[in-house]
Formats: sequence, C-alpha cells, structure tokens
Amino acid sequence: MSAPLAFINARLLDPATGLDTEGGTVLVVDGKIAAAGADVRPDKGATTIDCRGHCLAPGLVDMRVFLGEPGFEEKETLASAGRAAAAGGITTLVGQPQTDPVMDEPALLSFIMRRAFDTCAVNVVSMAAITKGLEGKEMTEMGLLAEAGAVAFTDGVKAVADAQVMRRALSYATGWNLLVVQHAEEPSLARGGAMNEGEVASRLGLKGIPAVAEVMLLERDLRLAELTGARYHAACLSTGEAVAAMRRAKDRGVRATCGVAAHHFALNENEVGEYRTFAKVTPPLRSEEDRAAVVAAIADGTVDVIVSDHSPQDQESKRQPFPTAEPGIAGLQTLLPLALELVHGKHVRLLDLLAKMTINPARMLGLPSGRLAKGAPADLVLFDLDVPWRISEAGLRSKSKNTPFDGRPVQGRVLRTVVGGETVFDFAAGAA
Amino acid sequence: MKPPAPAAASPDPFPHRDLLGIEGLTAEQIAYLLDKSESYVAQNRKVDKRSALMRGRTLINLFFESSTRTRTSFELAGKRLGADVINMSAEGSSIKKGETLIDTAMTLNAMHPDVLVVRHQESGAVALLSRKVSCAVINAGDGSHEHPTQALLDALTIRRRKGRIAGLVVAICGDILHSRVARSNIQLLNIMGARVRVVAPPTLIPSGAAQLGVEVFHDMRKGLAGCDIVMMLRLQSERMQGSYVPSISEYFHFFGLDIEKLGHAKPDAMVMHPGPMNRGVEIDTEIADDISRSAIAEQVEMGVAVRMAVLDALSARLPNFAPADTRT
Repeated sequence: MSAPLAFINARLLDPATGLDTEGGTVLVVDGKIAAAGADVRPDKGATTIDCRGHCLAPGLVDMRVFLGEPGFEEKETLASAGRAAAAGGITTLVGQPQTDPVMDEPALLSFIMRRAFDTCAVNVVSMAAITKGLEGKEMTEMGLLAEAGAVAFTDGVKAVADAQVMRRALSYATGWNLLVVQHAEEPSLARGGAMNEGEVASRLGLKGIPAVAEVMLLERDLRLAELTGARYHAACLSTGEAVAAMRRAKDRGVRATCGVAAHHFALNENEVGEYRTFAKVTPPLRSEEDRAAVVAAIADGTVDVIVSDHSPQDQESKRQPFPTAEPGIAGLQTLLPLALELVHGKHVRLLDLLAKMTINPARMLGLPSGRLAKGAPADLVLFDLDVPWRISEAGLRSKSKNTPFDGRPVQGRVLRTVVGGETVFDFAAGAA
Repeated sequence: MKPPAPAAASPDPFPHRDLLGIEGLTAEQIAYLLDKSESYVAQNRKVDKRSALMRGRTLINLFFESSTRTRTSFELAGKRLGADVINMSAEGSSIKKGETLIDTAMTLNAMHPDVLVVRHQESGAVALLSRKVSCAVINAGDGSHEHPTQALLDALTIRRRKGRIAGLVVAICGDILHSRVARSNIQLLNIMGARVRVVAPPTLIPSGAAQLGVEVFHDMRKGLAGCDIVMMLRLQSERMQGSYVPSISEYFHFFGLDIEKLGHAKPDAMVMHPGPMNRGVEIDTEIADDISRSAIAEQVEMGVAVRMAVLDALSARLPNFAPADTRT
C-alpha cells in the first residue's frame, strides 16, 4: 500500500454534488478518495501535492473512443491511446466495437480488458456491438457481453438501419437495463457522402450528407425507445434539428440521452476548405447554424455528454482524395481545451461543462468514477483553467496525428492526471 | 507570333503554375487565354501545325478515368507545340495494383515531367496530386468538381460565334449535379459577365445551386426562353434507370433538346454539347447535325487550340525557360 496522498490548495470541482470551492483538499488512500472538501485536513505522513489554486476535478470519462486494438494497431494501440488520454486529462476511455475482429464476443471483450489493464495508463472499458459483425442483422449475446464487462451497446460508426432489428435490440436490452447507443445517421441517405450537403459541397463537387439524415433516424429511434421503454443514447449529434428532437423527447419522458463531439461545436463545414481530409468526420461538420444550435443545446442541458470521438487515422488513410479518405479526428488531447472554449465564451458554467465529461457518462455507464465521493477511485485531473497555448500536432501522443486543430489558440491546460492515485501525466515533468 | 513580354515591363498575365480550375482565375486571365487560343486556331488550320515552344519538354497525360477526346486533344496540343507526350491510363498500371495517388505522383515526379495532365474520378484529387509534384499540373477533370479546359473551349466557341460573352443568357441543361463541366462553366460564365441558368429535374440539381450564381429551372421551355446559348450535358445511362430519373423516354420527353423546345430560345441561339452525345436521350439527332445551330464540331476544334494556349501560358513559368531557344 502506498503512502496517502493529499492534493492541497485546489479549486475543487465536483459536478456530482455541485461542489466548487477554493482552497480544497482531496485525500487519497489506497488509490481511492478518502475525503474531499474545503475543510479536509491532510493526514500526517501524507505526501502533499500543492495544486496552487488550480482546478482539481474528477478525471474525464470519454464515452466515444476508437482504440485501435485489435486489428488497427498501425493507427493506435491501447498504450498510445493511454498516453494521449493521460495528457488530455482523460482517466477512463470507453472503447468502441468497430475493431477487427468486431467486439461482439464475450471472450474478445475480456481479452481486451486484460490487455488494457497491462498496457494502458488509464482505465479502459468497452462498448460491445449491438449486432453480430456490425452487420445490422442479428443481435449479439448482449447479456453475456454485459456480464463480460460491456458498459453499453453500439454498432460504432454504423447505424442500425433496420427498424425491426433496432426495436428488438432495444426491447431485449430492457431485460438487463442496458444502454443502447446509436450512430444516428440514415445510411441510405448518407451513402457515398463525404461532407455536409449544401453550397460548400456543391461547389467542391462532393457528394453531400443532408442534415435530415440525422434527425430522421433519431426520431425513429426515439419512437422505438418510447415503445420499448429502453435506455437510448445518440452518440454524437451534429444538427440543430436533431438536438431539438432530443429536447422534445426528453420533455415527454423518453429515457433518451445524447452526446456531442468536440469538433461539432468547435468547427463548421467551411473547415473542409480545399479538400482538407483532416476535417472529414462522421457525422460530417455541419453548417454554422447547426454548430450554434449544438452549442445552445449544450448550454440548456439537452446535451448530456461531450466526447472526443477519437478516431485515429494514419497518413495512408488521410492522404487521399477527399471522397476516399477515412473520416475521423484524433481528439483525446484536444477534448478538454476545446470544451473549455465554451466556458471562456460564457456559453456554459464550468461545473455544468465538466458534468458532461465526468458524472453524466459515469452514471449512464454504471462506472464508480467521475466524482469526488469518498470511496470513488482516485481518478483526477488538475488543470489550469486560463493559461493560453496553441494546440500542436507535434504535441499529440496518439500514434496518429490527424487533427484539424493544429495551431489553434486555446485556453486551459492539463497539469496533472491521476488514475487510481498514481500520476500518469505531469505537465511539469513532460515539459522539462 | 511575338515572344512574351518581359515580366518586369507588365504584370504577369497568367501568374499560375497549374490550371486546377476556373475558380481563382480573373476575367483578364481568362481573356488572355482566349486571345492566345485564337492564334492557335489559325496555326491548327495550316498544313504545318507545329511549333517548337515546348521542344524538349515532357507532357504526361495521366488518366485515371477513361477519356478519348480530352486525352487526344491534350496529346495533339502537346505534340503540335513540340513536346514529348506520354499517355498513361489507370488500366494495366501500378494504380490498379493498389499504389496510392500520392505515391504515383511522386514516382512520376521523379521522372521530371514538365507538365502533368490529370483526370481523376474523385473531386479534389488533381489538386491533391499537384501539391506533391514540382511540375505544372492541368486538371483534365476531377470527379464532379472542375474541368477548366472544357469551360475555356466553350467560352472560345461562344466568343467566336457571338463576338462576346458578357450579357449573353446561357442555359446549361442536364445532369448539373454530377457535372464538372457545369461547375467550371458556371464559374467562367459568371466571371465573364454572362447570365447563367441551369435546367434539370430537381434530382439532378445540386443543393444550394442558387448560391453558385445561377437561376434554376425545372421546366425546359421556360429555362430556354430568350436564351442565346443552349449548353447540353451528357446524362450517364446508369443514372437513368429509376435512380435519378425514371426512364430515358421520360427524360427525353421533358429535358431532351428537340426543335420544338429549342424554338423557345432566341432564333439565333447556339447549341453546344461537350460530348460524347447520347442521341435521343439529351439531344435530338436533327439538332446535333445542324451545323447552323450546333457548334458541337467547332467545340472539338477549339479544344485543341485552348489546350495549346494553356500549355503556352503555363510554359512561361516552367523552370529553365529560355524564350530565345523556342522559335525555329
């Protein structure tokens, strides 16, 4: 057992309880939080870490991350994703099932969990596939997969297109109260599309994906969630119409939640410029009106979760003509600084923002982390809320460097990341 | 012909290494290319069509998508200017063996070509390739994006027949959605001051078309009313089997150009088509073969001259250019 740790002189932020206090202390014993608050006194013999008034919050839970293993080790490994996550203040990665082979077998899930424990600096949990091989036809062994540790079910970046399959999956999931997560995009409308449909796509001669492709599938799913009583989560919404539909569904009591990826509130379709493949993502970057609507939905609480939607792509996959390039942004290290833009821009309060990357996903996925409660794992992020810096591709620790944010000025930087009481990232040490 | 004026005396009339699209060109630069083309029209009608402007230069026609007339036109243009011309197509080359576009570009670049003429099935691919090579690149058509030399040859044809481009009403009819010819022509005609209409069923009009600077018509008679130029586009047969339009016969009924519909245009309206034509699908044989109304053959002739003019304009910026050595 290691010596107790005391993080002193911190601005403590715990979205789970609404705690936001200066001069706070977090006491860590045996990798767990023993106490947190302004009136906590460090134990004698505890190693103290002076936070110098910076923000100390639960480590981030990133609910949509492509981890590369197994099958895509040339793009990312559990080890490299762990290094990037640690540098980004993320202490729990929620893996996606579009691996090779697909995460649709309990044994494979167990194997990856064990391998992550051995090689990854941060916690890794995984979603499993809704349908075998992500083919959208037959249900996976959802109960057994849940027993093996699957925290939710999704077909990754593929939508479950067939309404009957989706209805049965949602219905079956209610037996274990499982969360079903959808990539809400009508595939027949999106087929062959490379970017948002509209003037920019028309000018570039690129096949567009219309904004309605998102709200159409979402509204169908919300009806099915209502019909079955299942817990439904839209992984990554990008349009104003879709967040409005989500708002209406919540108002009428549907057990539905939604997430948004950082790039969808930080960028719009103009980022594609002259065929910049780093700005190709799924769902695509949308119009400025949609981007603004997404920001408003974050502010009013319609959006429950903010994710990086980390999708590492090697050069081979991105140095292609735009239509054939792979979509995706390597987002682990840019998640927090981009999210903090919403605080600095006075769109959302800091505690409300952090809730969407800590306690909200943790509760939805049944994780004990994401809070500063006694007994919770000592997963923490210490960050300077205000320091200005520029994102640089060279600073990315992910194996793939596909970011459209290279050179972007941001405010707020991770100083230290702690997982189970162990420091996995220390900015001062890294910079030295 | 006079040698080009020294750069110091006047601003560079065509300050581009590549021709990737009409977008980004000015009215002056387009006029410069068209003026240059006129002299090549004359040269191409002589018995000896050759000059030595590009003697010793290597032009590679790199066609990832099949083409007969554009490739042949560039090949003739290059040869008549004295360049060594190599044709490469995707079939049977390393492209078919999985080599990436960028690797192909770097391989060719290492052979020191002076000009690459590239056609590719994906929008933006030619611009991507141009960033990886050190020679001049001409876009011979990229996906649904641009086909600048086609727009230039159309403009030359219009200017020769009508004496001007500004103020003319031009109706572009057919598959606007997938057409690079339409996009380049819309840009060029707008830059040169024409009024551009597009005529097609709604499924073949790109979203946000009005913002591209066109008036949209779904009724061909209304779209042709009072126009000076009727520019027909090719409709690819795989798009006519119930996907974008229900059938060939329905399409021809509403959007095929026949004498009756053409009657709504100005009496002296000129008919154009970039080829190859689908007779009886988008254009009636009677019109296609009427040389008083149709400029289709003339467009092909202008194509060679325009491509020579483009090669000429780009040659001025090729490395180690020595004007004194080029005339014999």
